[in-house]
Amino acid sequence: MDVEVFQLVGLGIVAAILALVLKQHKPELSLFIAIAAGVIILLMMTGRLVAVVAVLDDMARRANLDQAHLSVVLKAIGIAYITEFGAQVCKDAGENSIASKIELGGKIIILSLTLPILVGLIEVILQVLT
Amino acid sequence: MSVDIIFKIAAIGILISVLNHVLNRAGREEISMMVTLAGIVVVLLMVIDMISKLFNNVKSIFQLY
Repeated sequence: MDVEVFQLVGLGIVAAILALVLKQHKPELSLFIAIAAGVIILLMMTGRLVAVVAVLDDMARRANLDQAHLSVVLKAIGIAYITEFGAQVCKDAGENSIASKIELGGKIIILSLTLPILVGLIEVILQVLT
Repeated sequence: MSVDIIFKIAAIGILISVLNHVLNRAGREEISMMVTLAGIVVVLLMVIDMISKLFNNVKSIFQLY
């Protein structure tokens, strides 16, 4: 199971070389190779990711933390994960403005996701103060 | 996850660039344009299928419904 790092690095290097080969003739296809390599590497990591999330769930349940808080944290991580993927692909394609818009959108989604918890926190603080 | 998709995309890319050179030599620019578009559409379909698989994975892992 731990041998995946060699597979990962080998795949990344081969994909980079193939993308370079295709860059002179067909730049758009080299972008496709970059996207494909990124997706394959992320799909290889899903097994370990599921294990990590399961451990987090178990620890949250043992510390009888509210399930909603943990799901908000996981959602924020998932949104950041995908936003980062999309933004990097756009940067690869040379479209920095689109990449920054994607990142802005991701931040706004995460902000709107965590707003209720923020409001709850502020209410608790106000109760303590008054 | 199947690693051969990357080699398939690279093979299509190289094939297209060779075909383009040949067609340009033969004086058929419009057909070489068509070949390029066809290749890009094929590769796009393959990549979009992989991306949708990735997004479904992330949805199930992070409970993003």
